[in-house]
Amino acid sequence: MEFDLFVLPFSLCLLYLTVYLGITYYRWFKALPENERSKARQYALTSRSLSAIREVFMESLLHRKMFRKNPLLGYMHMSLAFGWFMLIVVGNIESRIASGTHINLPYYPIFFKFFHHQKDSFPLQAGFNFIMDLFLLMVLSGVVLAFIKRSRSRLFSLTRTTNHTMVDRAALFSLWAIFPLRFLAESLTSAQFENGHFFTHNAGLVFSHFLPVSDLMYPAWWAYSTALGVFFLALPYSRYMHIPTEVFLIFLRHYGIKTTRSDNAFSKFEIYSCSSCGVCIDTCQLNAVFEKNPVPPSYFFKKERHNMPDEIALTSCLVCGRCQEACPVGINVNGIRLNARNREEIPGKGGFADFQYRFPKKSKALYFAGCMTQLTPKIKRSMRKIFEMAEVQVYFMDEHETICCGRPMMLSGQYGQAEELIRKNKMIIEESGADLLIVSCPICYKVFVDDYNLNLRILHHTEWINELIMEKKIILNQNDLKTVYHDPCDLARGEDIYKAPRQVLKSFTHLAHNEYDGRQSLCCGGSLGGLKVSFEERKKISEDALDRMKVASSDVLVTSCPLCKKTFDTVSAVPVMDIAELVAQSMKTKKANNKPVKETRLENQLKIY
Amino acid sequence: MEERIAIIGGGIAGLETASQLSKKGFDVVVLEKKQITGGHVEQWHQVFPDFRDASEVLKNWNQHEISGQIKIGIDITNINKTNGLFQIELRDGEQITANAVVIASGFDLFDAHKKEEYGYGIYDNVITSAELESFFNRKREYLIKSGKTPQRIGIIHCVGSRDEKVGNPYCSKVCCITGVKQAIELKEIYPQAEVFCFYMDLRMFGLNYEDIYKEAQEKYGIQFIRGRLSETSELQDGTVLLKVEDTLAGKPLKLSVDLVVLLVGMVKGSVNNELKKWLGIELDLFGFIKPPDAILQPNVTNVPGVFLAGACSSPKNIGDTVNDARSAVLAVEKYFNHLKG
Amino acid sequence: MAGWGYSLNKDRQIDFDANDRSVYFRVIGLEPSLGKCISCGSCSATCSSAVFTDLDIRKIFVLLSRGELRDLKKHLDDCMLCGKCILVCPRGVNTRNVILTIRKELEY
Repeated sequence: MEFDLFVLPFSLCLLYLTVYLGITYYRWFKALPENERSKARQYALTSRSLSAIREVFMESLLHRKMFRKNPLLGYMHMSLAFGWFMLIVVGNIESRIASGTHINLPYYPIFFKFFHHQKDSFPLQAGFNFIMDLFLLMVLSGVVLAFIKRSRSRLFSLTRTTNHTMVDRAALFSLWAIFPLRFLAESLTSAQFENGHFFTHNAGLVFSHFLPVSDLMYPAWWAYSTALGVFFLALPYSRYMHIPTEVFLIFLRHYGIKTTRSDNAFSKFEIYSCSSCGVCIDTCQLNAVFEKNPVPPSYFFKKERHNMPDEIALTSCLVCGRCQEACPVGINVNGIRLNARNREEIPGKGGFADFQYRFPKKSKALYFAGCMTQLTPKIKRSMRKIFEMAEVQVYFMDEHETICCGRPMMLSGQYGQAEELIRKNKMIIEESGADLLIVSCPICYKVFVDDYNLNLRILHHTEWINELIMEKKIILNQNDLKTVYHDPCDLARGEDIYKAPRQVLKSFTHLAHNEYDGRQSLCCGGSLGGLKVSFEERKKISEDALDRMKVASSDVLVTSCPLCKKTFDTVSAVPVMDIAELVAQSMKTKKANNKPVKETRLENQLKIY
Repeated sequence: MEERIAIIGGGIAGLETASQLSKKGFDVVVLEKKQITGGHVEQWHQVFPDFRDASEVLKNWNQHEISGQIKIGIDITNINKTNGLFQIELRDGEQITANAVVIASGFDLFDAHKKEEYGYGIYDNVITSAELESFFNRKREYLIKSGKTPQRIGIIHCVGSRDEKVGNPYCSKVCCITGVKQAIELKEIYPQAEVFCFYMDLRMFGLNYEDIYKEAQEKYGIQFIRGRLSETSELQDGTVLLKVEDTLAGKPLKLSVDLVVLLVGMVKGSVNNELKKWLGIELDLFGFIKPPDAILQPNVTNVPGVFLAGACSSPKNIGDTVNDARSAVLAVEKYFNHLKG
Repeated sequence: MAGWGYSLNKDRQIDFDANDRSVYFRVIGLEPSLGKCISCGSCSATCSSAVFTDLDIRKIFVLLSRGELRDLKKHLDDCMLCGKCILVCPRGVNTRNVILTIRKELEY
């Protein structure tokens, strides 16, 4: 077997890396709860592994998702990842054919051009040469782009890009050096032995005009091996740990394992899969508030990896999900952030279980207005009107007293206490015997759907109103209002509801569109997830959001969340209305029904005095 | 002399300025957007501190004493300053030329719809202090929608003032005394009713204000509860349930009242933004007009020839406004003296 | 509903010389907006938990500033963190975070 001393840096460091990764992933996997591990065992030999392999190919190599979001950035990552991958794969095939043996030491294909000088010595050598050169060129184009991105990130539509630690820098520079050095080594070798192709051979010819080729050739291979070695050594302690971790992440995801509230051992895989690509940084609205914003997951995860949680990143995050939406790896940022809060918060001893709730009552349909809606009585009144018109009998569950739905508690990381609130409310809901629950607040809606495990139909009022319109149970008068709709975070990103409200508005107003429609929506700033955000900071975020949505050019800003409504009300010159209000005031009245709004079946409710 | 002064606003600030300028020999033209002069005072019934009729106060300004015109129903579309002369364009095409302008455009009342949680515009028996004055003036037919005699009335202080959430963190100064005055007036009409004032602080800053407060307690039995209303809700019979914390007793208070009166504060005049656009005057954070030196020269703006009088620069009571108008007149006089030599 | 219990200590006086007011200063350092509070009571009035419990946010903030720390934590545990208090505060105090901060500080 061919050997030279210069392969040692590469080989020893590769060995170190392999052992380190093996031990690390084994430990992380062992840390998962037993039922999750059994999932992995169960699905390992099924088609799920095949779909995982497919995703690894499409995302880790071809970076398809990132490509869609930001083509230049996507190409940069793809050229490096896919190019390098192909160099390794094709290189291995090439060296096996050339040496005639099945088993090669790992370094042989990497330094193939050093060991193998003969031309036309094995089938398809020219073809292999061509392919290898092509992929080398591809990788180098990526390296050039990466270099440019560091200094001119705006060309990549990124205003900000991640900061680096010392180890990150070592890994980055060695990574950048690897392929130019390979190029240099192969070119110089080709200048001497003519075993290159269109790229390396011609480059070698150019070099031979002004460089002492034979003297530099051997040092170049040393340099190449050293660069590889340094990269392998630095990798596990740098952001590039994402390269191997991502592969494991994809496989485990396909086996159905994810970060949950009760277990966050899996979040280790997620946190280390963050490549610090920085796409999330521009999405964070706290950029309007902090000079150096430590909240985006790119930074937050870095601190988590080093076990030095950042106070601001933990407490100021609005948990709006915009970063999560943008993440090409699809990391469960919100889940990990809330788990971190759970870890850091002091749990209180809630006594909510003994709240004396006075009105469990039988009803087919329930309406839960929510805590915040108590401060926006127009929404309540509008909903009553709509219930009237649609002739739906509802029990207004929290008319006189509200037990909070529990999600604000969860957002502060106090899962145990939130569970108590959930249990209490769930009991009331179940005791009512209802099969329909209509909710006005997206925050409540999300927790009802995700965490309450209820056996009834749960609808946010926008969905329900949309149904009523489609079933012609209510008819709306057309009007000339120019409306713009703001999607609440918990409704659009949290539960994927953004089409129904727009359908409603389009049916009777002139609805404007902007780039923040649907899942791209901005946070109003009122977020209960932002534990430590001050009033002045929230105002800045709200004003910035109104500006970006170009609200000033509309007649009405329509939203479907009482918190968004109240938050925008503080700063908006344009009137802010809930969609229920607009609908209620536009309903065509039926001829027969002359009942006044107040007098409803609700008269049967007990009064509290 | 015959220097012409245009006075924007025909409320008491504008009228007093016009009257005093006339006495000094200036030619004035008062531009009032409504069909009558007298501004907000015209809408009121009795004014503090002596419970004089507002109409008596307004009689002070006799049109015949003003040498010049009072134009009503005016809509200004533009103002240009060229070569020291102000050209005021009106919507009907008329042009008015003046050597100086006094802005006496006053204030607007806070729109209580913005405090949605108080139920204004939603529940029948929540009204503003201005609407209560209309009732006192017989311009509003009923107090309670159902026509019943109120047994309990709640007056809420600081509505739209001292409130970051509606963008008005400042104090509107005169609402507290207005509340106490109206409480007394209500008791005079409905002596059997209980009247409550819900306040954060009681700002009785003026002459005799503290006496009125004491009288309200002693003679009229009006009850003062220190606690800021967080929200209201409406009960089946139309009464309004108040959710308030009795901070002095240290306990939450539940009270249902027949009528809620919201003491709405002063906000900037709606015309201020346009005045800024046309004349280049400065506005403060809340849209009131800002004189460069509010203490020593409160009537002078950053634009030579443009002066301020009355509540357009900050909340004021009637006495302050009249004084301010007179002070503006002195400033105008000084300006012209300076111009002449 | 029961009032505040002072069963063991018969002295009603708030003793500024003796009381430990360091917790208050630590809380204000971590959440400066507490300094703006004028004890208007809007927060207590709107509080969702106040219907069911003795939780009185305004009173807790006042007692904290006076160094009267007995029973504070017990009552604060009744807070459902619903956030209505933040929405109604006329001064823009981040009441919810003050509560979380007091809880943390009193834990130690």
